[in-house]
Amino acid sequence: MKDYKVPPPAGGSGGGSWPLWEVFVRSKQGLDHKHVGSLHAADATMAIENARDVYTRRQEGVSIWVVESKYITASNPEEAGELYEPAADKIYRHPTFYELPDEVAHM
Amino acid sequence: MYNTLVNYTLHLADNSLILAQRNAEWCGHGPILEQDIAITNISLDQLGQSRNFYQYAANLINVSKIPGSLKAPSPLGESLSRFVGRLGSEVTEDRLAYFRTEREFKNCLLAEQPNGDWAQTVLRQFFFSAYQFLLYEKLQHSNDEQLAAIAAKALKEVTYHQRWSSEWVIRLGDGTEESHQRMLNAIDELWRYTGELFIAADYEAVAGFDVALLKEDWMKKVNSVFEEATLAVPEKVFMQTGGKTGTHTEHLGYILAELQYLQRTYPNAEW
Repeated sequence: MKDYKVPPPAGGSGGGSWPLWEVFVRSKQGLDHKHVGSLHAADATMAIENARDVYTRRQEGVSIWVVESKYITASNPEEAGELYEPAADKIYRHPTFYELPDEVAHM
Repeated sequence: MYNTLVNYTLHLADNSLILAQRNAEWCGHGPILEQDIAITNISLDQLGQSRNFYQYAANLINVSKIPGSLKAPSPLGESLSRFVGRLGSEVTEDRLAYFRTEREFKNCLLAEQPNGDWAQTVLRQFFFSAYQFLLYEKLQHSNDEQLAAIAAKALKEVTYHQRWSSEWVIRLGDGTEESHQRMLNAIDELWRYTGELFIAADYEAVAGFDVALLKEDWMKKVNSVFEEATLAVPEKVFMQTGGKTGTHTEHLGYILAELQYLQRTYPNAEW
């Protein structure tokens, strides 16, 4: 038995009372799922189907993940300075100082 | 046999076209953006199916007009030649959709019923998709290669339509007091048109299977979805028939008026 959520009553702002979901689509086998956008749905089952109709109708994908937006914890843009800038002058962290043998492809 | 094949192909085409037109009425009016896109996607799937069937029917009719054609009888049967004469020298998918009258459409009554509320629309879709699923499953093994190919292609689409509409029937049936009541109203409105699906018209003999035999599996599907949706299948309802042979409810005329207006007012108008 599926755990169906009850749709909101008629009237009002429609999907406005349904939670927001973030949608991730894998464009083809072997690639990562990429965030493509968000949508409203009453539960996970509906979110997958809505994502299928909204985000894969032009052959964009072969697999979909959805997660309710409230479960995503995001970094604070105001803290960008302390979080990311210290990495800017540490170029030795990039593996760019090695001589690569010619035999090594795809690096 | 040839006339029968043309009529059967038109019947399949009309079913898809009329339901596509009904669902397209939701465009811009869906309960939320996501469902607006879902129902219009389904509409477009059905329009695509109807185009495939109309193209095939047009081809069959055109071939029959070639004098001495080996495959087709010349002339066509009486009921067909009556409107084929009106459709111009070369029959096309558009001519078949836009220039036949109400009595010449062979879609089932269920397809032409009004959208009503969302409950009525999703229930109509569920009844029809469950039917089309079983129908195309059989038809994909038809001896007629063209019909078999169209059915095989459409089957994936219909599988999704069935899944999508079942989810909604369950969601509303097993939802709030109001959504449950709306499903009950929808069943009350639509059940009487489901009997016709399984009563074969003469031309369905060409299908290669008896459409009446699909009823058992269809009832199984409806029962299992209704059970989960806490809904009951009505008993002893008088079943309306006639759509397959051109005797329609009052709704079809209005659908065709909107659908055909432009081509009848400005024949051969193009985008």
